[in-house]
Amino acid sequence: MSGLSIDKISMRFDLPNGGSVQALKDVSLDLKAGELLSVLGPSGCGKTTLLNIAAGFLAPTEGRMVLNGNTVEGPGPERGMVFQQGALFEWMSVRENVGFGPKMKGMAAKPKAEIVDHLLDVVGLGAFKEKAVYELSGGMQQRVALARCLANEPDVILMDEPLGALDALTREKMQGLVLKLWKETGKTIILITHSVEEALLLGERLLVMAPRPGRIHKEYRLPFAEMGVDKDLREVKKHPQFGEVREEILGMIWDMEEEIMGRNEGEGS
Amino acid sequence: MNLLSQLGAELGAVFVTLLSAAPFIAGYIAIILLCALIWQTVKKFLTPKADYGSLKTVTFGDESAVTSNTVASVVSIVLIFVLWAAFTGSKLLPSFLHAPGAFEGTGEFSYTVTTPDGQTDDATVSVVVFPAGSDVDAPEVDPGEGFAKNDSVAIAAFRSELLRVDENDEIGRDQDAVVSAINGVAVEPGSVVDVGFGDVEISRRGTPNIKPSGGMQMEPIWLPAPEAVWSRVTEIASTGFRNSTLAEHLGFSLFRVVVGFILGAIVGIPLGYAMGLSNWFRGWFDPIVEFMRPVPPLALIPLVIIWAGIGEVGKIILLFLAALWIMAIGARSGVSGVRISKVHAAYSLGASKWQIMRYVIIPNSLPEIFTAARVAMGVCWGTVVAAELVAAEKGAGMMIMTASKFQNTDIVIMGIILIGIIGFSIDMLMRWIERLLVPWKGKG
Ligand SMILES: Nc1ncnc2c1ncn2[C@@H]1O[C@H](COP(=O)(O)OP(=O)(O)OP(=O)(O)O)[C@@H](O)[C@H]1O
Ligand SMILES: [Mg+2]
Repeated sequence: MSGLSIDKISMRFDLPNGGSVQALKDVSLDLKAGELLSVLGPSGCGKTTLLNIAAGFLAPTEGRMVLNGNTVEGPGPERGMVFQQGALFEWMSVRENVGFGPKMKGMAAKPKAEIVDHLLDVVGLGAFKEKAVYELSGGMQQRVALARCLANEPDVILMDEPLGALDALTREKMQGLVLKLWKETGKTIILITHSVEEALLLGERLLVMAPRPGRIHKEYRLPFAEMGVDKDLREVKKHPQFGEVREEILGMIWDMEEEIMGRNEGEGS
Repeated sequence: MNLLSQLGAELGAVFVTLLSAAPFIAGYIAIILLCALIWQTVKKFLTPKADYGSLKTVTFGDESAVTSNTVASVVSIVLIFVLWAAFTGSKLLPSFLHAPGAFEGTGEFSYTVTTPDGQTDDATVSVVVFPAGSDVDAPEVDPGEGFAKNDSVAIAAFRSELLRVDENDEIGRDQDAVVSAINGVAVEPGSVVDVGFGDVEISRRGTPNIKPSGGMQMEPIWLPAPEAVWSRVTEIASTGFRNSTLAEHLGFSLFRVVVGFILGAIVGIPLGYAMGLSNWFRGWFDPIVEFMRPVPPLALIPLVIIWAGIGEVGKIILLFLAALWIMAIGARSGVSGVRISKVHAAYSLGASKWQIMRYVIIPNSLPEIFTAARVAMGVCWGTVVAAELVAAEKGAGMMIMTASKFQNTDIVIMGIILIGIIGFSIDMLMRWIERLLVPWKGKG
């Protein structure tokens, strides 16, 4: 079976002071190949933890994750990661960064150069091949990170707030790029975001998580990602259903945040 | 209590020294402010630049608006040489800029002798003060009338002379006659009389001590003039000092530093990597490294001399130890400073452990290692000079230590300047290599 299946995963962190944090509790999810999932939730609800488990950086205390029939036991090139920022190798040029995955596989220089050139053209950085990454703007750096991830041809792409550090305009352009790449490459993508609009635009499926313990609160299936592939994203946002769902989710998260605050105040007094 | 009073006395002495330096410090500050004022005035006539800094209206308290003023730097360095030249009577400076020098030439004063039975008589002392380094005999003088006879004496500049004025007198100290006045001013043991070209002080036993005025200039034996130091540089560069040329002395010091540093880096960097990558190695070496780090390398000199003698081996061991801990700690923090997302990204791109090491951890640690290398080179340079001060047959430190024993102040000053220049050049070189090899430093 192809696709990613998350089976009753729980994650508990034992703290040095003897206590423990239940970061995730019984999270289950099935993702078919080529699906685009966005994950929303208040801060601290375990989104990053979930993604780290999917990437294989953390082993869950309970449950397991299966990709294409194999249990995930560590990081691997079939699962690519795009981080919020600062994960590029600043000692390498743009070209070397994008070619890192093929190089690790021992790919010959020629086919590697072809892949790199192609991907840099796709993300619109063909002219910046030999630049140092620290000479690029934040948005350009994230495009390099996307290209680097794609160069490795992963089955699943995991993104932890990949656009979180960008300004609104760049962010919108990048959202379009993510949709375009998703449609063209047919990758399975999990994208974590703090922006409800982004989650709506970039989620064929949308997961709202609740905190303490981190769990799935509600799941949506949405038409907007499909619409946005060949449409202006601003048009998509004007869709009547878009506003409805946005208000609903905002209210949901607002309630959760309020509950957390209330609990904290209770603990404080 | 005894210790406390001793410390109190020491503190008092320090305070007195500081106080006596106060007028010079105040003068120096006045010069700084004066130059600033002059520069402010000059600047008004130059076209103002419209760069970022000069358009700021709030500059006081804005750290970023404070940049090093190049004019001030140049003036300050020039001033050091001017002051040096002025206070050593250098020929490089027109003489009206010289600080008042020591008295040279002739002078005289009279003294009065009183005998126990009340007789008094006057006589004159002729003094010739000649420049240090030359040799002049006391002039012949007419003994004159009375039982007190005229005297004469030749004194080198900056020196003083106890003159037994009664030695040629008919009634002298052996008959309990005393010097009762100088230039007509009544004196007793301990009094000081200004006689124009200097002071005459009556010693405890009643002998006049002639102190021609020393002026404000430094004696060459304390501080030689710049040109004297320079001529010593050229002399030693060609003829050498203690069987070795200047280049050999400096070359030996540099050789020790480079070899000791390289050995320290060869051992220290892998050690630091091991400590950064493995719990076991971190636990094993942490106590050793953390203990050895605060031990100043200079404190190891005696032990190294006992173990390895004063030859090259001992010095290189010392410098190896000086560099080792610094390099190990630099490499360790370079490894632990790697951002976890970079390592995660590399694993997700299919890198093996070895590839992570080669392509992520090592390049990521290079900036820290270079910083450590700069520190280590500085410490090694300081340590080698100190070790050579203690014991060596060749080297910059040995050169200035031996010179100081023979009061060759010019060589000492030359050595200090060269040691400073070399230390500075080493740092500049390291910075340059760093910019070349790790241009991404601080850009992550
Ligand atoms: N290494 C760790 N040790 C202990 N607790 C941890 C650790 N990592 C995460 N946690 C805890 O697990 C919970 C979930 O953290 P996580 O980083 O997954 O949240 P998040 O949803 O990604 O938050 P954000 O939106 O702020 O990024 C938090 O309460 C956090 O304190
Ligand atoms: Mg997070």
